[in-house]
Amino acid sequence: MWRDALLVAGKDLRIEARSKVALGQVVPFALVVVLLFGLALGPAVGRGSVLSQAAPGLFWVAVLLAAVLAVQRSFAIEALDGASDGLRLSGLDPAGIFVGKAAAVAGQLLALEVVLAGAVALLYDRHLAGGLLLAASCVAATAGLVAVGTIYGVVSSGARQRETLLPLLFFPMVAPILLAATKSWDAALAGTPGRGIAWLDVLAVFAVAYLAMGTVAFGPLLEDA
Amino acid sequence: MSLTTTPTTRATAAAGAGRTGADRPGNGAPGARAAKVEGRRGRRRSDVALTAVGVCALVGVLVTVWLGLWVTPPDRFMGNLVRLLYIHPSIAWVMYICYGVAFLSSLAYLWPRTRSLRFDKLAGASSEVGVVFTGLTLVTGSIWGRPTWGTWWTWDPLLTTTALLFVLYLGYLAVRRIPGEPEVCAKRSAIAAIVAFVDVPICYFSVLWWKSLHQPPSIADPVTGKTYIHGSMAWTLLLSFVSFTLVYVWLVARRYRLFVLAEREGDEGLALALAERRAESREAQA
Amino acid sequence: MVPAVRLRDAVSLAGRFPLLAGVTLDVAEGEVVHLRGPNGAGKSSLLRLCAGLAAITSGTAVVLGHDLRADRQSLRREVGLLGHASFLYDDLSVERNVVFAVRAAHADVAGVDDALDRLGLVGRLRTTLVGSLSAGQRRRTALAVVVARAARLWLLDEPHAGLDGEGRTLVDDLVRDASRRGTTVLLASHELDRAAGLADRTVTVVGGRVVDGEQPVGRPGPGTSGVVGARPGGLDTADADEVGCDVA
Repeated sequence: MWRDALLVAGKDLRIEARSKVALGQVVPFALVVVLLFGLALGPAVGRGSVLSQAAPGLFWVAVLLAAVLAVQRSFAIEALDGASDGLRLSGLDPAGIFVGKAAAVAGQLLALEVVLAGAVALLYDRHLAGGLLLAASCVAATAGLVAVGTIYGVVSSGARQRETLLPLLFFPMVAPILLAATKSWDAALAGTPGRGIAWLDVLAVFAVAYLAMGTVAFGPLLEDA
Repeated sequence: MSLTTTPTTRATAAAGAGRTGADRPGNGAPGARAAKVEGRRGRRRSDVALTAVGVCALVGVLVTVWLGLWVTPPDRFMGNLVRLLYIHPSIAWVMYICYGVAFLSSLAYLWPRTRSLRFDKLAGASSEVGVVFTGLTLVTGSIWGRPTWGTWWTWDPLLTTTALLFVLYLGYLAVRRIPGEPEVCAKRSAIAAIVAFVDVPICYFSVLWWKSLHQPPSIADPVTGKTYIHGSMAWTLLLSFVSFTLVYVWLVARRYRLFVLAEREGDEGLALALAERRAESREAQA
Repeated sequence: MVPAVRLRDAVSLAGRFPLLAGVTLDVAEGEVVHLRGPNGAGKSSLLRLCAGLAAITSGTAVVLGHDLRADRQSLRREVGLLGHASFLYDDLSVERNVVFAVRAAHADVAGVDDALDRLGLVGRLRTTLVGSLSAGQRRRTALAVVVARAARLWLLDEPHAGLDGEGRTLVDDLVRDASRRGTTVLLASHELDRAAGLADRTVTVVGGRVVDGEQPVGRPGPGTSGVVGARPGGLDTADADEVGCDVA
C-alpha cells in the first residue's frame, strides 16, 4: 500500500509540477477570495476591525473553497483520454491510491495555506502569533479536508454532474473542520494557545476517522466509479 | 475486507431475468407461477395493512390537531405557543428514526451476510422522508423559536447540527441519484450514508464546544417546557408521537413500494434488452 | 491445460443495457484469438470484461485463474489492455507514463527501455509530454505500456488503428513475439485478413455473444442455469449448438 501511495503521490505532484494548475489557478483563486472578503467587510483594518477579527474564519473559508478545486483537479487528471478506468486498470492498491492522492492534494493545500496566511496577515492586518499551533492545526485540518475530499472525489467522479455534486457533498461534511480550525487559529492569534488545544484534538479526531474510513472505502467506491 | 467483495446478492440472476422469489414476475416455471400467486396474495395482505396504517396515521394526526388546538389548555408560561409542542418534538423524533433506519440499513447492506437491495431501498425511502422531516423540524422549530427566544434562528448545537444534517442528507440523496447498476449504486450510497452519519456527532460536539467556550447559552431550552406537562397535554403529546410515527411508516412503505416498482420496470426493460441483443446474434447465425 | 480465459454465459451490463448477453468462450494459454464482428457487437466489452474492468452480472468468468465474480482487482496487474482510450496522462512524458504503469503493475522497470525502443519511441520523443503527441505516437506509447508490463494476457482493441504501415507491421511482430513467449492474446479487429493471419483462431461476436469459433460450445454449467432471457428454458444455447455455421 505505502509503495503504491508513494507512486501515486509522486505521479500527481509531477503532473502538478508540469501543468502548474494548483500554482497558476487554485492559489490565485484563493487570493481572489481573500480580496473579495476584504471588499465585502473592509475597508477598516487593524485591531478590532471586522476583517482583523474575522481573519481566521475567512482564511479557512478560502482554504475550503480552494480545497474543492484541488480535489476536482486531482480527479480530473485521472479522466485519461476521457476514460475513467485508468486507475483501476493500473492494478494499484486502492488504499494506496487513496493515501497517495490525498497526500498529493494535502501537499498542495499546505503550500497554499502558507501563501494564504501571508496574504491574510498582510491584507487584514493581523499579526500571525502562536506559529506552532497555527502550523499544527493547518496540518490536522488539511488531513481531514483531503480525506473527505478524496472520498467524495471518487464518489462524484462517477456522476455526470460531478462539478456541482462535489461541493454539495464536501462543504457540509467539513463544517466541523471549519469550526475547529477557525477556533484554533483564533486561540493562537489571540495569544491563548491553551484554548486551541481542544480544537486541535477535534481536528485530529476528524482526520483520523476519515483517513481510516477512506482507506477502507476507497476500493469499493473506485470499483464502482 | 468485507467492503471489497463484489456484490453477489443477485449472483444467480441475470439482472432480474431469471430470478426466483415470490416478488419476481416473469417466471415461466409452474413453481414460480405458484410463488407468483402466493406473492400476489401476500401483496394484497400488505396492501390492507398499509392502508390501515395510513388511515390510523391520518386519524391520529387529525385528533392531535383537534386536541392540540381546541382541547388542551394554554400553557402557564408559553401561552398558546405551547401548542407547537404537539408537533415539533414528534416531527423531530421522526427525523431521528429516519436517519437511524437509513444508517442501520446502510450498515446492513454493507455487511456481506445481510446484503440485500431491500436494505438499499429502505435506506433510500427512509432518508428521503428524513430530509422532508428535517425541513419540517427546522421550520416548526423556527416558528417556535421566534416568540420564545425572540429570534428565528440561534446557533444552538442542536439547531446547527440539524441544519447541517439537512444539507448532508440532501447530498446523500444526490449521491443516490448517480446513475449505475443497482448494486453499484446501493454500495456507493451505503458508504456515503455512513460517511455522512459519522459526521453528525462530530458536528454536534464541535458546535456544543463552540458555544460553551464562548457565549454560554443564554436562552431557555425549549425542552424545559416539558416540566409543565400534565393531563390532557401529556396524552396529546403521546398521541402526536404515535401518529407521526405511523405517518413515517406509511410514507416509507409507500416510497419503498415505488422503488420496487421502478426496479421491476428496470428489470423488465433489461430482460427485453437482453432478448433483443440475443436476437441480434441469432440473426447473424441464421 | 487450464485455459487463460474461460467464460460461460457471461453477461455484463452498462446500466440497463446488456453489453454482453451471455458469452461463452475458451481461450487456451498462449493462443492468439481474433475477435471480429460489427460495430456495437460487444468486442470491446468482451476485452474490458477480460481485463477485469467491466463487472460480470451473471454466468462465470475465470481469467488467468482469477474468478472475476469474486475478485477483479488482482487480475489487473497481469493483463495489458490497449483500449480506444490510451490510459495515458497528458501531462507526463512518454517515458514517465510507461514507468508509472509498469511500477503500478509491480513489474520490472528494466523492461521499459526495450519496450520504448521496440515501439520506436526514441530520443526526444521519450521526454515529450503525451499531450503533445500525435494519435499514432500516443498509440505506440500505449502499446509500449502493454509490452513493458510483461502482461500474461494481452487484450488489444483495434491495435492497428491509427498506425502507419510500419507501425502495423510492428504490431504484428509484437503479437507474434508475445505468443511465442506464451502470452495469450485476444485481439479485436476489423482488419480481417491482417488479424486472421496473426491469429490461431477467429471468433465472431454479434449481439453481445460469441456466435461461432471452433470451440467447445458450453453446455450450461451449474452456475449458468436460469440466466437466459425472459423466456423459459435454455433456448439460446440450443440455438448456438444447432447453428454452428460461419458468418459470411
